[in-house]
Amino acid sequence: MNHFERFGVDPNTMIHAAGVRKNFGPLEVLKGVDLTVSKGSVACIIGPSGSGKSTFLRCINHLEEVNSGLILVDGNFVGYRLQGDTLHELPASAICQRRAEIGMVFQHFNLFPNMTVLENLIEAPVRVRKEPVAQAREHALELLRRVGLEAKRDVYPRNLSGGQQQRVAIARALAMKPKVLLFDEPTSALDPELVGEVLEVMKDLAQGGMTMVVVTHEIGFAREVADTLVFMDGGVVVEKGDPKEMIANPTSQRTRDFLGRVL
Amino acid sequence: MATDISKHAHTGIQDVEQLTIAPLRHPWRNVAVAIVLVLVLALLYSVATNPEFQWPVVGRYLFDPLILRGVVMTLVLTAIIMVLACVGGTLVALMLISPSRLLSVPANLFVWFFRGMPALVQLIFWYNMALLFKQIGLFIPFYGMVFSIPTNDIITPFVAAVIALSLQESGYMAEIVRNGLKSVGRGQTEAALCLGMKPSLLMRRIVLPQSMRVIIPPTGNEMINLLKTTSLVSTIAVGDLLYSAQSIYARTFETIPLLLVASAWYLAIVSVTTVGQSYLEFHFSRDEAKAKPSLLNSIASQLFSFRRRSRS
Ligand SMILES: Nc1ncnc2c1ncn2[C@@H]1O[C@H](COP(=O)(O)OP(=O)(O)OP(=O)(O)O)[C@@H](O)[C@H]1O
Ligand SMILES: [Mg+2]
Repeated sequence: MNHFERFGVDPNTMIHAAGVRKNFGPLEVLKGVDLTVSKGSVACIIGPSGSGKSTFLRCINHLEEVNSGLILVDGNFVGYRLQGDTLHELPASAICQRRAEIGMVFQHFNLFPNMTVLENLIEAPVRVRKEPVAQAREHALELLRRVGLEAKRDVYPRNLSGGQQQRVAIARALAMKPKVLLFDEPTSALDPELVGEVLEVMKDLAQGGMTMVVVTHEIGFAREVADTLVFMDGGVVVEKGDPKEMIANPTSQRTRDFLGRVL
Repeated sequence: MATDISKHAHTGIQDVEQLTIAPLRHPWRNVAVAIVLVLVLALLYSVATNPEFQWPVVGRYLFDPLILRGVVMTLVLTAIIMVLACVGGTLVALMLISPSRLLSVPANLFVWFFRGMPALVQLIFWYNMALLFKQIGLFIPFYGMVFSIPTNDIITPFVAAVIALSLQESGYMAEIVRNGLKSVGRGQTEAALCLGMKPSLLMRRIVLPQSMRVIIPPTGNEMINLLKTTSLVSTIAVGDLLYSAQSIYARTFETIPLLLVASAWYLAIVSVTTVGQSYLEFHFSRDEAKAKPSLLNSIASQLFSFRRRSRS
Protein backbone atom coordinates (compact mmCIF):
# COMPACT_ATOMS: atom_id res chain seq x y z
CA MET A 1 0.00 0.00 0.00
CA ASN A 2 1.55 3.28 -1.03
CA HIS A 3 -0.28 6.52 -0.36
CA PHE A 4 2.48 8.87 -1.52
CA GLU A 5 0.86 9.38 -4.92
CA ARG A 6 -2.50 10.22 -3.42
CA PHE A 7 -0.92 12.93 -1.25
CA GLY A 8 1.21 14.20 -4.12
CA VAL A 9 4.54 13.17 -2.64
CA ASP A 10 7.61 12.25 -4.70
CA PRO A 11 7.82 8.41 -4.74
CA ASN A 12 11.49 8.66 -3.87
CA THR A 13 10.51 9.83 -0.38
CA MET A 14 10.94 7.74 2.77
CA ILE A 15 9.33 9.95 5.42
CA HIS A 16 6.74 12.58 4.71
CA ALA A 17 5.40 14.69 7.57
CA ALA A 18 3.00 17.54 6.98
CA GLY A 19 1.30 19.83 9.48
CA VAL A 20 2.09 17.59 12.44
CA ARG A 21 0.53 18.88 15.64
CA LYS A 22 0.84 17.32 19.05
CA ASN A 23 -0.17 18.47 22.47
CA PHE A 24 0.18 17.01 25.93
CA GLY A 25 -2.97 18.28 27.60
CA PRO A 26 -2.94 22.05 27.31
CA LEU A 27 0.74 22.15 26.29
CA GLU A 28 1.16 22.36 22.52
CA VAL A 29 4.53 20.78 21.75
CA LEU A 30 4.42 20.44 17.95
CA LYS A 31 2.69 23.28 16.12
CA GLY A 32 2.62 22.10 12.53
CA VAL A 33 5.88 20.40 11.62
CA ASP A 34 6.64 19.72 7.94
CA LEU A 35 9.53 17.53 6.91
CA THR A 36 10.35 15.30 3.96
CA VAL A 37 13.23 12.84 4.03
CA SER A 38 14.08 11.09 0.77
CA LYS A 39 15.25 7.50 0.55
CA GLY A 40 18.87 6.98 1.45
CA SER A 41 19.35 10.47 2.85
CA VAL A 42 20.27 11.72 6.31
CA ALA A 43 18.38 14.47 8.11
CA CYS A 44 19.81 15.96 11.28
CA ILE A 45 17.51 17.82 13.63
CA ILE A 46 18.97 20.39 15.98
CA GLY A 47 17.31 22.84 18.31
CA PRO A 48 17.12 24.01 21.91
CA SER A 49 15.87 21.79 24.72
CA GLY A 50 12.10 21.45 24.85
CA SER A 51 11.61 22.41 21.21
CA GLY A 52 9.84 19.11 20.49
CA LYS A 53 12.59 17.18 18.67
CA SER A 54 12.14 13.96 20.62
CA THR A 55 8.38 14.26 20.46
CA PHE A 56 8.54 14.59 16.68
CA LEU A 57 10.76 11.49 16.36
CA ARG A 58 8.37 9.54 18.59
CA CYS A 59 5.45 10.60 16.40
CA ILE A 60 7.20 9.16 13.34
CA ASN A 61 7.13 5.63 14.76
CA HIS A 62 3.81 6.19 16.51
CA LEU A 63 5.13 5.96 20.06
CA GLU A 64 3.07 9.14 20.37
CA GLU A 65 -0.17 9.72 18.49
CA VAL A 66 -0.37 12.98 16.58
CA ASN A 67 -3.33 15.23 17.21
CA SER A 68 -3.50 16.31 13.59
CA GLY A 69 -1.41 16.22 10.48
CA LEU A 70 0.01 13.49 8.36
CA ILE A 71 3.02 11.21 8.74
CA LEU A 72 3.76 8.64 6.04
CA VAL A 73 6.69 6.26 6.25
CA ASP A 74 7.49 4.58 2.94
CA GLY A 75 4.06 5.57 1.71
CA ASN A 76 2.11 4.20 4.63
CA PHE A 77 0.66 5.30 7.93
CA VAL A 78 2.21 3.60 10.95
CA GLY A 79 -0.81 3.67 13.22
CA TYR A 80 -3.74 3.84 10.80
CA ARG A 81 -5.39 2.23 7.83
CA LEU A 82 -6.67 4.66 5.21
CA GLN A 83 -10.03 3.74 3.75
CA GLY A 84 -11.71 6.34 1.58
CA ASP A 85 -11.28 9.52 3.57
CA THR A 86 -11.15 7.88 6.98
CA LEU A 87 -8.12 6.87 9.01
CA HIS A 88 -8.99 3.76 11.01
CA GLU A 89 -6.88 3.20 14.09
CA LEU A 90 -4.99 -0.08 13.85
CA PRO A 91 -4.83 -2.71 16.61
CA ALA A 92 -1.56 -2.92 18.55
CA SER A 93 -0.34 -6.03 16.73
CA ALA A 94 -0.63 -4.37 13.31
CA ILE A 95 1.10 -1.20 14.52
CA CYS A 96 3.94 -3.33 15.86
CA GLN A 97 4.41 -4.99 12.50
CA ARG A 98 4.86 -1.62 10.83
CA ARG A 99 6.94 -0.22 13.64
CA ALA A 100 9.37 -3.12 13.21
CA GLU A 101 10.47 -1.49 9.95
CA ILE A 102 11.47 1.70 11.74
CA GLY A 103 14.53 1.32 13.95
CA MET A 104 15.12 3.61 16.90
CA VAL A 105 18.24 4.35 18.91
CA PHE A 106 17.85 6.04 22.28
CA GLN A 107 19.92 8.43 24.31
CA HIS A 108 20.16 5.89 27.14
CA PHE A 109 20.67 2.82 24.89
CA ASN A 110 17.86 0.82 26.55
CA LEU A 111 19.53 -2.53 25.95
CA PHE A 112 17.78 -5.43 27.65
CA PRO A 113 19.92 -6.03 30.77
CA ASN A 114 18.66 -9.58 31.26
CA MET A 115 20.07 -10.72 27.92
CA THR A 116 23.58 -11.00 26.54
CA VAL A 117 24.66 -8.86 23.61
CA LEU A 118 23.88 -11.63 21.12
CA GLU A 119 20.51 -12.35 22.76
CA ASN A 120 19.66 -8.65 22.55
CA LEU A 121 20.27 -8.77 18.81
CA ILE A 122 18.37 -11.94 17.95
CA GLU A 123 15.39 -11.41 20.28
CA ALA A 124 13.23 -9.39 17.90
CA PRO A 125 14.19 -11.13 14.62
CA VAL A 126 13.35 -14.50 16.18
CA ARG A 127 10.26 -13.55 18.17
CA VAL A 128 8.76 -10.89 15.90
CA ARG A 129 9.95 -11.86 12.42
CA LYS A 130 10.02 -15.60 13.21
CA GLU A 131 13.45 -15.95 11.65
CA PRO A 132 15.19 -19.28 12.34
CA VAL A 133 17.59 -18.89 15.25
CA ALA A 134 20.66 -19.98 13.25
CA GLN A 135 20.00 -17.39 10.57
CA ALA A 136 19.33 -14.65 13.11
CA ARG A 137 22.57 -15.49 14.91
CA GLU A 138 24.56 -15.32 11.73
CA HIS A 139 23.11 -11.95 10.83
CA ALA A 140 23.66 -10.70 14.38
CA LEU A 141 27.32 -11.74 14.36
CA GLU A 142 27.81 -9.99 11.04
CA LEU A 143 26.32 -6.82 12.52
CA LEU A 144 28.49 -7.10 15.63
CA ARG A 145 31.51 -7.37 13.39
CA ARG A 146 30.36 -4.25 11.61
CA VAL A 147 30.22 -2.25 14.84
CA GLY A 148 33.48 -3.87 16.00
CA LEU A 149 32.05 -5.79 18.95
CA GLU A 150 32.09 -9.41 17.86
CA ALA A 151 34.22 -10.31 20.89
CA LYS A 152 31.51 -9.04 23.27
CA ARG A 153 28.74 -11.31 22.00
CA ASP A 154 28.29 -13.21 25.29
CA VAL A 155 28.71 -10.25 27.62
CA TYR A 156 25.84 -8.65 29.51
CA PRO A 157 25.21 -4.98 28.65
CA ARG A 158 26.08 -3.72 32.14
CA ASN A 159 29.66 -4.84 31.56
CA LEU A 160 30.08 -2.66 28.47
CA SER A 161 31.14 0.96 28.25
CA GLY A 162 28.54 3.52 27.16
CA GLY A 163 29.99 3.74 23.68
CA GLN A 164 29.96 -0.03 23.30
CA GLN A 165 26.39 -0.21 24.58
CA GLN A 166 25.28 2.35 22.05
CA ARG A 167 26.99 0.47 19.22
CA VAL A 168 25.18 -2.69 20.33
CA ALA A 169 21.93 -0.73 20.40
CA ILE A 170 22.54 0.37 16.82
CA ALA A 171 23.30 -3.22 15.79
CA ARG A 172 20.13 -4.36 17.55
CA ALA A 173 18.07 -1.87 15.55
CA LEU A 174 19.79 -2.98 12.33
CA ALA A 175 19.03 -6.63 13.09
CA MET A 176 15.42 -5.96 12.09
CA LYS A 177 16.59 -4.69 8.67
CA PRO A 178 14.70 -1.43 9.09
CA LYS A 179 13.89 0.96 6.26
CA VAL A 180 14.66 3.97 8.44
CA LEU A 181 16.69 4.56 11.57
CA LEU A 182 15.70 7.22 14.07
CA PHE A 183 18.33 8.46 16.52
CA ASP A 184 17.39 10.48 19.59
CA GLU A 185 20.58 12.17 20.84
CA PRO A 186 22.60 8.96 20.54
CA THR A 187 25.78 10.48 21.95
CA SER A 188 24.42 12.82 24.63
CA ALA A 189 24.84 10.33 27.47
CA LEU A 190 28.40 9.41 26.52
CA ASP A 191 31.76 10.55 27.86
CA PRO A 192 33.41 12.84 25.30
CA GLU A 193 36.07 10.32 24.34
CA LEU A 194 33.40 7.70 23.51
CA VAL A 195 31.35 9.93 21.22
CA GLY A 196 33.66 9.38 18.26
CA GLU A 197 33.26 5.61 18.03
CA VAL A 198 29.47 5.89 17.88
CA LEU A 199 29.51 8.70 15.31
CA GLU A 200 31.91 6.59 13.23
CA VAL A 201 29.37 3.74 13.09
CA MET A 202 26.61 6.17 12.16
CA LYS A 203 28.76 7.69 9.41
CA ASP A 204 29.34 4.21 7.99
CA LEU A 205 25.60 3.58 7.96
CA ALA A 206 24.95 6.86 6.17
CA GLN A 207 27.51 6.01 3.52
CA GLY A 208 25.90 2.59 3.16
CA GLY A 209 22.69 4.31 2.05
CA MET A 210 20.62 3.97 5.25
CA THR A 211 17.86 6.53 5.62
CA MET A 212 18.39 8.24 8.96
CA VAL A 213 16.78 10.96 11.05
CA VAL A 214 19.18 12.07 13.76
CA VAL A 215 18.39 14.41 16.63
CA THR A 216 21.81 15.58 17.79
CA HIS A 217 23.87 18.29 19.36
CA GLU A 218 26.95 17.26 17.34
CA ILE A 219 27.03 20.11 14.83
CA GLY A 220 30.28 18.78 13.34
CA PHE A 221 28.65 15.45 12.58
CA ALA A 222 25.62 17.18 11.08
CA ARG A 223 27.76 19.34 8.85
CA GLU A 224 29.75 16.39 7.59
CA VAL A 225 27.11 13.68 7.23
CA ALA A 226 23.67 15.25 6.91
CA ASP A 227 21.99 15.88 3.57
CA THR A 228 19.47 18.11 5.28
CA LEU A 229 19.87 20.10 8.45
CA VAL A 230 16.67 20.95 10.29
CA PHE A 231 16.47 23.58 12.99
CA MET A 232 13.47 23.25 15.29
CA ASP A 233 12.37 25.76 17.88
CA GLY A 234 9.10 26.18 19.77
CA GLY A 235 7.43 23.22 18.06
CA VAL A 236 8.02 24.31 14.46
CA VAL A 237 10.71 23.83 11.85
CA VAL A 238 12.31 27.26 11.72
CA GLU A 239 14.77 26.57 8.96
CA LYS A 240 16.01 23.62 6.93
CA GLY A 241 18.48 23.17 4.12
CA ASP A 242 21.97 22.20 3.17
CA PRO A 243 23.96 21.86 6.43
CA LYS A 244 27.15 23.63 5.35
CA GLU A 245 25.26 26.56 3.88
CA MET A 246 22.91 26.83 6.83
CA ILE A 247 25.70 26.75 9.38
CA ALA A 248 27.70 29.31 7.43
CA ASN A 249 24.81 31.74 6.81
CA PRO A 250 21.66 31.00 8.74
CA THR A 251 18.75 33.04 7.38
CA SER A 252 16.69 33.21 10.55
CA GLN A 253 17.74 35.15 13.63
CA ARG A 254 16.71 32.26 15.93
CA THR A 255 18.95 29.83 14.06
CA ARG A 256 21.81 32.30 14.24
CA ASP A 257 21.37 32.69 18.02
CA PHE A 258 21.23 28.94 18.57
CA LEU A 259 24.26 28.17 16.41
CA GLY A 260 26.12 30.99 18.11
CA ARG A 261 25.49 29.31 21.45
CA VAL A 262 26.48 25.75 20.49
CA LEU A 263 29.38 26.33 18.10
CA MET B 1 49.35 19.06 62.17
CA ALA B 2 49.45 19.84 58.47
CA THR B 3 53.23 20.03 58.47
CA ASP B 4 53.40 16.66 60.23
CA ILE B 5 51.40 14.98 57.49
CA SER B 6 53.44 16.49 54.73
CA LYS B 7 56.63 15.41 56.49
CA HIS B 8 55.33 11.82 56.49
CA ALA B 9 54.40 12.04 52.86
CA HIS B 10 57.93 12.98 51.96
CA THR B 11 59.61 10.19 53.89
CA GLY B 12 59.13 7.65 51.07
CA ILE B 13 57.08 4.60 50.31
CA GLN B 14 58.89 2.23 52.65
CA ASP B 15 57.84 4.25 55.68
CA VAL B 16 54.25 4.31 54.50
CA GLU B 17 54.21 0.55 54.24
CA GLN B 18 55.46 0.25 57.80
CA LEU B 19 52.44 2.13 59.12
CA THR B 20 50.18 -0.15 61.12
CA ILE B 21 46.50 0.21 61.83
CA ALA B 22 45.21 -0.37 65.35
CA PRO B 23 41.69 -1.75 64.94
CA LEU B 24 38.96 -0.08 67.00
CA ARG B 25 38.16 -2.21 70.06
CA HIS B 26 34.56 -3.08 70.90
CA PRO B 27 34.52 -4.02 74.61
CA TRP B 28 30.74 -3.92 74.96
CA ARG B 29 30.33 -6.24 72.04
CA ASN B 30 32.35 -8.85 73.92
CA VAL B 31 30.11 -8.47 76.96
CA ALA B 32 27.03 -8.96 74.75
CA VAL B 33 28.57 -12.07 73.19
CA ALA B 34 29.23 -13.50 76.65
CA ILE B 35 25.64 -12.91 77.77
CA VAL B 36 24.22 -14.49 74.63
CA LEU B 37 26.52 -17.46 75.03
CA VAL B 38 25.42 -18.07 78.61
CA LEU B 39 21.75 -17.85 77.64
CA VAL B 40 22.16 -20.25 74.72
CA LEU B 41 24.02 -22.78 76.87
CA ALA B 42 21.37 -22.60 79.57
CA LEU B 43 18.67 -23.16 76.99
CA LEU B 44 20.49 -26.11 75.41
CA TYR B 45 21.05 -27.64 78.82
CA SER B 46 17.42 -27.46 79.80
CA VAL B 47 16.26 -28.76 76.42
CA ALA B 48 18.62 -31.70 76.67
CA THR B 49 17.93 -32.62 80.26
CA ASN B 50 14.25 -31.78 80.82
CA PRO B 51 12.49 -35.16 80.50
CA GLU B 52 9.22 -33.44 79.50
CA PHE B 53 10.65 -32.90 76.00
CA GLN B 54 10.54 -36.66 75.61
CA TRP B 55 13.10 -36.82 72.82
CA PRO B 56 12.76 -40.58 72.33
CA VAL B 57 9.06 -40.05 71.55
CA VAL B 58 9.98 -37.34 69.07
CA GLY B 59 12.31 -39.76 67.33
CA ARG B 60 9.63 -42.42 67.21
CA TYR B 61 7.05 -40.20 65.52
CA LEU B 62 9.36 -38.21 63.23
CA PHE B 63 8.77 -40.61 60.32
CA ASP B 64 5.40 -41.95 61.40
CA PRO B 65 3.22 -42.66 58.31
CA LEU B 66 0.48 -40.38 59.58
CA ILE B 67 2.99 -37.54 60.08
CA LEU B 68 4.47 -38.13 56.63
CA ARG B 69 1.00 -38.00 55.10
CA GLY B 70 0.53 -34.70 56.89
CA VAL B 71 3.82 -33.42 55.50
CA VAL B 72 2.74 -34.34 51.97
CA MET B 73 -0.62 -32.65 52.46
CA THR B 74 1.06 -29.48 53.71
CA LEU B 75 3.44 -29.48 50.75
CA VAL B 76 0.66 -30.14 48.25
CA LEU B 77 -1.52 -27.41 49.73
CA THR B 78 1.34 -24.92 49.72
CA ALA B 79 2.32 -25.76 46.15
CA ILE B 80 -1.21 -25.58 44.73
CA ILE B 81 -2.04 -22.37 46.56
CA MET B 82 1.26 -20.75 45.60
CA VAL B 83 0.85 -21.58 41.91
CA LEU B 84 -2.73 -20.32 41.89
CA ALA B 85 -1.66 -17.20 43.79
CA CYS B 86 1.17 -16.46 41.35
CA VAL B 87 -1.13 -16.76 38.35
CA GLY B 88 -3.98 -14.89 40.04
CA GLY B 89 -1.65 -12.28 41.49
CA THR B 90 -0.06 -11.60 38.11
CA LEU B 91 -3.47 -11.19 36.47
CA VAL B 92 -4.64 -8.84 39.21
CA ALA B 93 -1.33 -6.91 38.98
CA LEU B 94 -1.79 -6.45 35.22
CA MET B 95 -5.29 -5.14 35.96
CA LEU B 96 -3.89 -2.84 38.67
CA ILE B 97 -1.48 -1.14 36.25
CA SER B 98 -4.00 -1.01 33.41
CA PRO B 99 -4.84 2.53 32.25
CA SER B 100 -8.50 1.46 32.13
CA ARG B 101 -10.24 2.25 35.40
CA LEU B 102 -12.81 -0.44 34.65
CA LEU B 103 -10.01 -2.92 35.26
CA SER B 104 -7.93 -1.17 37.91
CA VAL B 105 -10.77 -0.32 40.29
CA PRO B 106 -12.06 -3.92 40.64
CA ALA B 107 -8.46 -5.09 41.03
CA ASN B 108 -7.91 -2.59 43.83
CA LEU B 109 -11.10 -3.75 45.52
CA PHE B 110 -9.95 -7.35 45.22
CA VAL B 111 -6.63 -6.60 46.89
CA TRP B 112 -8.28 -4.50 49.56
CA PHE B 113 -10.83 -7.18 50.44
CA PHE B 114 -8.82 -10.38 50.32
CA ARG B 115 -5.72 -8.93 51.89
CA GLY B 116 -7.75 -7.29 54.63
CA MET B 117 -9.67 -10.37 55.77
CA PRO B 118 -7.97 -12.67 58.30
CA ALA B 119 -7.04 -16.02 56.77
CA LEU B 120 -8.86 -17.96 59.48
CA VAL B 121 -12.09 -16.05 58.88
CA GLN B 122 -11.90 -16.72 55.14
CA LEU B 123 -11.23 -20.40 55.76
CA ILE B 124 -14.23 -20.83 58.00
CA PHE B 125 -16.33 -18.77 55.62
CA TRP B 126 -15.59 -20.95 52.60
CA TYR B 127 -15.95 -24.07 54.73
CA ASN B 128 -19.48 -22.97 55.58
CA MET B 129 -20.40 -21.93 52.03
CA ALA B 130 -23.26 -24.43 52.07
CA LEU B 131 -25.04 -22.21 54.61
CA LEU B 132 -25.06 -19.44 52.01
CA PHE B 133 -25.71 -21.43 48.80
CA LYS B 134 -27.32 -24.84 49.23
CA GLN B 135 -26.75 -25.75 45.58
CA ILE B 136 -24.23 -24.68 42.99
CA GLY B 137 -25.36 -24.89 39.40
CA LEU B 138 -25.24 -23.38 35.95
CA PHE B 139 -28.38 -21.52 34.92
CA ILE B 140 -28.75 -20.35 31.34
CA PRO B 141 -31.55 -17.85 30.70
CA PHE B 142 -34.32 -19.13 28.35
CA TYR B 143 -32.90 -22.64 28.70
CA GLY B 144 -33.04 -23.47 32.35
CA MET B 145 -30.84 -25.25 34.83
CA VAL B 146 -28.02 -27.17 33.13
CA PHE B 147 -26.81 -28.91 36.25
CA SER B 148 -26.95 -28.40 39.95
CA ILE B 149 -24.92 -30.02 42.72
CA PRO B 150 -25.14 -29.69 46.48
CA THR B 151 -22.50 -27.20 47.61
CA ASN B 152 -21.04 -29.59 50.16
CA ASP B 153 -20.15 -32.05 47.38
CA ILE B 154 -17.93 -29.49 45.69
CA ILE B 155 -16.59 -27.43 48.55
CA THR B 156 -14.85 -30.17 50.50
CA PRO B 157 -12.62 -28.97 53.34
CA PHE B 158 -9.63 -29.28 50.99
CA VAL B 159 -11.27 -27.17 48.28
CA ALA B 160 -12.38 -24.60 50.83
CA ALA B 161 -8.80 -24.37 52.08
CA VAL B 162 -7.39 -23.97 48.56
CA ILE B 163 -9.94 -21.33 47.56
CA ALA B 164 -9.71 -19.29 50.75
CA LEU B 165 -5.93 -19.25 51.02
CA SER B 166 -5.23 -18.74 47.32
CA LEU B 167 -7.60 -15.78 47.19
CA GLN B 168 -5.82 -14.19 50.11
CA GLU B 169 -2.39 -15.05 48.76
CA SER B 170 -3.35 -13.63 45.34
CA GLY B 171 -4.02 -10.33 47.04
CA TYR B 172 -0.51 -10.28 48.48
CA MET B 173 1.11 -11.52 45.27
CA ALA B 174 -0.70 -8.87 43.21
CA GLU B 175 0.99 -6.12 45.20
CA ILE B 176 4.37 -7.83 44.92
CA VAL B 177 4.07 -8.36 41.17
CA ARG B 178 2.85 -4.81 40.64
CA ASN B 179 5.89 -3.43 42.42
CA GLY B 180 8.09 -5.64 40.28
CA LEU B 181 6.47 -4.48 37.06
CA LYS B 182 6.81 -0.85 38.10
CA SER B 183 10.53 -1.37 38.72
CA VAL B 184 11.19 -1.91 35.01
CA GLY B 185 11.85 1.41 33.32
CA ARG B 186 9.77 2.90 30.51
CA GLY B 187 12.85 2.83 28.26
CA GLN B 188 12.72 -0.97 28.19
CA THR B 189 9.11 -0.98 27.03
CA GLU B 190 9.81 1.63 24.39
CA ALA B 191 12.87 -0.17 23.08
CA ALA B 192 10.85 -3.37 22.77
CA LEU B 193 7.97 -1.56 21.06
CA CYS B 194 10.41 -0.02 18.58
CA LEU B 195 11.63 -3.51 17.71
CA GLY B 196 8.07 -4.39 16.78
CA MET B 197 7.23 -6.42 19.87
CA LYS B 198 3.55 -6.72 20.71
CA PRO B 199 2.51 -5.70 24.24
CA SER B 200 1.93 -9.33 25.24
CA LEU B 201 5.33 -10.40 23.91
CA LEU B 202 7.21 -7.55 25.53
CA MET B 203 5.47 -8.27 28.82
CA ARG B 204 6.49 -11.93 28.64
CA ARG B 205 10.03 -11.51 27.35
CA ILE B 206 11.21 -8.15 28.64
CA VAL B 207 9.20 -6.77 31.55
CA LEU B 208 8.35 -9.92 33.53
CA PRO B 209 11.85 -11.46 33.48
CA GLN B 210 13.37 -8.16 34.56
CA SER B 211 10.83 -7.64 37.31
CA MET B 212 11.63 -11.10 38.66
CA ARG B 213 14.61 -9.92 40.63
CA VAL B 214 12.33 -7.55 42.52
CA ILE B 215 9.53 -10.10 42.77
CA ILE B 216 11.40 -13.20 43.98
CA PRO B 217 12.70 -12.18 47.43
CA PRO B 218 9.30 -11.10 48.83
CA THR B 219 7.68 -14.07 47.10
CA GLY B 220 10.03 -16.38 48.98
CA ASN B 221 8.89 -14.74 52.19
CA GLU B 222 5.27 -15.12 51.13
CA MET B 223 5.83 -18.78 50.47
CA ILE B 224 7.32 -19.36 53.90
CA ASN B 225 4.43 -17.45 55.44
CA LEU B 226 1.97 -19.48 53.44
CA LEU B 227 3.58 -22.74 54.50
CA LYS B 228 2.98 -21.76 58.09
CA THR B 229 -0.48 -20.35 57.40
CA THR B 230 -1.58 -23.70 55.99
CA SER B 231 -1.47 -25.00 59.57
CA LEU B 232 -4.75 -23.09 60.02
CA VAL B 233 -6.50 -25.64 57.82
CA SER B 234 -6.33 -28.10 60.69
CA THR B 235 -9.29 -26.14 62.12
CA ILE B 236 -11.47 -27.27 59.21
CA ALA B 237 -10.28 -30.89 59.40
CA VAL B 238 -7.88 -30.96 56.46
CA GLY B 239 -5.21 -33.56 57.24
CA ASP B 240 -2.11 -31.38 57.15
CA LEU B 241 1.02 -31.71 59.24
CA LEU B 242 -0.37 -30.01 62.32
CA TYR B 243 -3.66 -31.92 62.06
CA SER B 244 -1.74 -35.22 61.92
CA ALA B 245 0.27 -34.29 64.98
CA GLN B 246 -2.87 -33.21 66.81
CA SER B 247 -4.73 -36.38 65.92
CA ILE B 248 -1.91 -38.44 67.39
CA TYR B 249 -1.53 -36.53 70.64
CA ALA B 250 -5.31 -36.48 71.05
CA ARG B 251 -4.97 -40.22 71.51
CA THR B 252 -1.64 -40.51 73.34
CA PHE B 253 -1.47 -37.14 75.16
CA GLU B 254 2.18 -36.79 74.09
CA THR B 255 1.45 -33.18 73.17
CA ILE B 256 4.88 -31.59 73.44
CA PRO B 257 6.87 -34.22 71.53
CA LEU B 258 4.39 -34.22 68.66
CA LEU B 259 4.46 -30.46 68.42
CA LEU B 260 8.24 -30.78 68.27
CA VAL B 261 7.89 -33.27 65.42
CA ALA B 262 5.67 -30.82 63.50
CA SER B 263 8.06 -27.94 64.23
CA ALA B 264 11.03 -29.94 62.97
CA TRP B 265 9.26 -30.65 59.70
CA TYR B 266 8.15 -27.04 59.23
CA LEU B 267 11.70 -25.85 59.81
CA ALA B 268 13.13 -28.45 57.46
CA ILE B 269 10.78 -27.47 54.65
CA VAL B 270 11.45 -23.77 55.17
CA SER B 271 15.21 -24.40 54.96
CA VAL B 272 14.89 -26.24 51.67
CA THR B 273 12.66 -23.47 50.31
CA THR B 274 15.29 -20.90 51.23
CA VAL B 275 17.95 -22.69 49.24
CA GLY B 276 15.63 -22.92 46.24
CA GLN B 277 14.96 -19.21 46.54
CA SER B 278 18.64 -18.28 46.42
CA TYR B 279 19.02 -20.37 43.27
CA LEU B 280 16.11 -18.56 41.63
CA GLU B 281 17.54 -15.22 42.66
CA PHE B 282 20.81 -16.17 41.04
CA HIS B 283 19.05 -17.26 37.86
CA PHE B 284 17.30 -13.93 37.41
CA SER B 285 20.34 -11.79 38.12
CA ARG B 286 22.79 -13.67 35.93
CA ASP B 287 24.15 -10.41 34.54
CA GLU B 288 25.29 -9.33 38.01
CA ALA B 289 26.50 -12.56 39.58
CA LYS B 290 30.03 -13.80 39.03
CA ALA B 291 29.75 -17.45 40.07
CA LYS B 292 26.90 -19.82 40.72
CA PRO B 293 26.34 -20.25 44.46
CA SER B 294 27.21 -23.74 45.64
CA LEU B 295 24.62 -25.52 47.72
CA LEU B 296 26.62 -25.26 50.91
CA ASN B 297 27.54 -21.66 50.28
CA SER B 298 23.98 -20.60 49.82
CA ILE B 299 22.88 -22.38 52.99
CA ALA B 300 25.72 -20.86 54.92
CA SER B 301 25.11 -17.38 53.57
CA GLN B 302 21.44 -17.64 54.47
CA LEU B 303 22.10 -18.82 58.00
CA PHE B 304 25.00 -16.60 58.90
CA SER B 305 26.00 -13.38 57.27
CA PHE B 306 29.57 -12.70 58.16
CA ARG B 307 30.58 -9.12 58.41
CA ARG B 308 33.09 -8.40 55.70
CA ARG B 309 36.15 -6.46 56.71
CA SER B 310 37.49 -3.95 54.28
CA ARG B 311 41.05 -4.85 55.22
CA SER B 312 42.20 -8.42 55.12
N1 LIG C 1 4.76 12.47 27.85
C1 LIG C 1 4.76 13.80 28.04
N2 LIG C 1 3.81 14.39 28.80
C2 LIG C 1 3.79 15.71 28.98
N3 LIG C 1 4.68 16.57 28.47
C3 LIG C 1 5.66 16.07 27.68
C4 LIG C 1 5.75 14.66 27.43
N4 LIG C 1 6.82 14.45 26.65
C5 LIG C 1 7.36 15.65 26.40
N5 LIG C 1 6.67 16.64 27.02
C6 LIG C 1 6.98 18.07 26.96
O1 LIG C 1 7.07 18.42 25.60
C7 LIG C 1 8.07 19.39 25.41
C8 LIG C 1 9.00 18.96 24.31
O2 LIG C 1 9.68 17.81 24.73
P1 LIG C 1 10.76 17.06 23.84
O3 LIG C 1 11.26 15.94 24.66
O4 LIG C 1 10.15 16.73 22.51
O5 LIG C 1 11.88 18.17 23.65
P2 LIG C 1 13.32 18.03 23.01
O6 LIG C 1 13.37 19.00 21.91
O7 LIG C 1 13.57 16.60 22.66
O8 LIG C 1 14.24 18.47 24.18
P3 LIG C 1 15.65 17.88 24.66
O9 LIG C 1 16.69 18.48 23.77
O10 LIG C 1 15.77 18.37 26.06
O11 LIG C 1 15.56 16.40 24.57
C9 LIG C 1 8.77 19.58 26.75
O12 LIG C 1 8.28 20.77 27.32
C10 LIG C 1 8.32 18.40 27.55
O13 LIG C 1 8.20 18.75 28.90
MG1 LIG D 1 14.83 15.04 23.50
